[in-house]
Amino acid sequence: MPDTAPSPVITIGDDAPPVVVQERRILGVAASTWPKVLMPLLVGLLSLAVWEYLVRRNGIPPYILPGPLLIAQTMVTDWGTLSGSLWITLSISLAALSVAVLLGVTLSVLFAQSKWVELSFFPYAVILQVTPIVAIAPLIIIWVNDVKLSLLICAWIVAFFPILSNTTLGLNSADHNLLNLFQLYKATRFQTLLHLRLPSALPYFLGGLKISGGLSLIGAVVAEFVAGTGGNQSGLAYRILESGYQLRIPRMFAALFMISISGIVIFLCLSMLSHLVLRRWHESALKREN
Amino acid sequence: MTVLASSDAAAVRPDGQVARPVVRCRGVAKLFSNGTLALQNVDLDVGRHQFVSLLGPSGCGKSTLLRLIAGLGEASAGTIDWPDAQHDVSGVALPRLSFVFQEPTLMPWASAIRNVMLPLKLAGTPAEEARARAAEALRMVGLAAFENAYPRELSGGMKMRVSIARALVTRPEVLLMDEPFAALDEITRFKLNNDLLELWHASNFTVVFVTHSVFESVFLSQRIVTMAARPGRVIADMDVSAPYPRAVDYRTSPLYNAHCKRASEALERAMGHAIEAH
Repeated sequence: MPDTAPSPVITIGDDAPPVVVQERRILGVAASTWPKVLMPLLVGLLSLAVWEYLVRRNGIPPYILPGPLLIAQTMVTDWGTLSGSLWITLSISLAALSVAVLLGVTLSVLFAQSKWVELSFFPYAVILQVTPIVAIAPLIIIWVNDVKLSLLICAWIVAFFPILSNTTLGLNSADHNLLNLFQLYKATRFQTLLHLRLPSALPYFLGGLKISGGLSLIGAVVAEFVAGTGGNQSGLAYRILESGYQLRIPRMFAALFMISISGIVIFLCLSMLSHLVLRRWHESALKREN
Repeated sequence: MTVLASSDAAAVRPDGQVARPVVRCRGVAKLFSNGTLALQNVDLDVGRHQFVSLLGPSGCGKSTLLRLIAGLGEASAGTIDWPDAQHDVSGVALPRLSFVFQEPTLMPWASAIRNVMLPLKLAGTPAEEARARAAEALRMVGLAAFENAYPRELSGGMKMRVSIARALVTRPEVLLMDEPFAALDEITRFKLNNDLLELWHASNFTVVFVTHSVFESVFLSQRIVTMAARPGRVIADMDVSAPYPRAVDYRTSPLYNAHCKRASEALERAMGHAIEAH
């Protein structure tokens, strides 16, 4: 149902502000946003149709390449097992992301307090980042008895760095004149942090969060591949391994799809969060006519 | 010699009254860590409720001097005293001053009123009172209707008005302005010039205004201190004797032109000095 909002136009003297015109909305979403949603969806549906057609016409057996319809069907019939695993993978990813946010922001605030702290500790954060997670995962699994906890640690290691490095960069990029202004008004360190450095760091932090959201999922999946543990408590990665051993390829694809979709949903949620937080003030969230 | 003479003149207001200086600079020098001598032996007295412009070519250290007066950075030599200001127990002056930068320097994440409230919030003023005073300051600069607008929703001139409101909300004794209107178009600049003079006339603060525009300094100030570069120093100190309020008719008067001519000559001498010194 299309509806048009009023267009408030305000002017005073010579300093006329930019004219604000509300865009037409369809179902609560701006009209110009619809193609951005519909076009990729259309491409996706077309590719699925071509895939299904090729599988059927060439008679490819399901244990080599199942068609999308069969995969969807498997997703429904195996929903009991798969949804349990999905929940475990997601809970590990989200817990890892939360810990990464908490520790990443805390550490970067510490780094911002003193150049020396940053100089001393940042290289170790880099080491943590550049060491491939598959290489450390077996060690962590040996050291930590609890499988879930060891997976969480692996996912955290992967998700942690973008938040740390981006937030540190953001805290250090507060406007120089604003810093001078705070100094002029005798602001305390804490006031400067709270009212200037943290808000300045927000766009950078949210950028890091978007990257880390996807990485935490990847970390959780990769670590589970390495751990290779089974049982009721296993996530989607183990379902893929298990389906591979049992040649249940449609189920393998179904699990794979669920991982991809989870990643997309995480990304969309974080993008939405970023947009909501920044829409009033940051360049990245602004729509420009030219 | 000449420097001393000029600083004597500084203590005398154009109307002949001797004013006790608000701020007194003596032998101020600034050597940057890269070896640039930005200021050398600068003496400057600014009287109460004076409107002083620091005029000079770029690189003459006028902004550096203003920042030193603001307490942003340490002078390498010399003293900056505030005879009438409060001092803390260790003897550090606590003048009530505000600074307006060349850019509006607003927090993009905060609405206009919250930007103006900032100095009060930092000083621990109760939120209610801070909000009322910020609203009043915004009204003074003609932005009462834009309290809740974000900086990006405002034009360049309006942003600068918010910046001025933020500077005035603390009711400062001294307002330091570092080429505040340089980035604005001429029409907006003229309008802000008029409004600034009205605000200055209506209140009780002292203004030190850095500019590279002869016309702006002659229009605004009672006194123009011309500086030369390499090293940055004061080379002339002239009074602009013309009554306030000044408006469009002053801008077009022969008196204005005569002052502009004198100021331009001083500025030319400043440039000449720089080339000689180079």
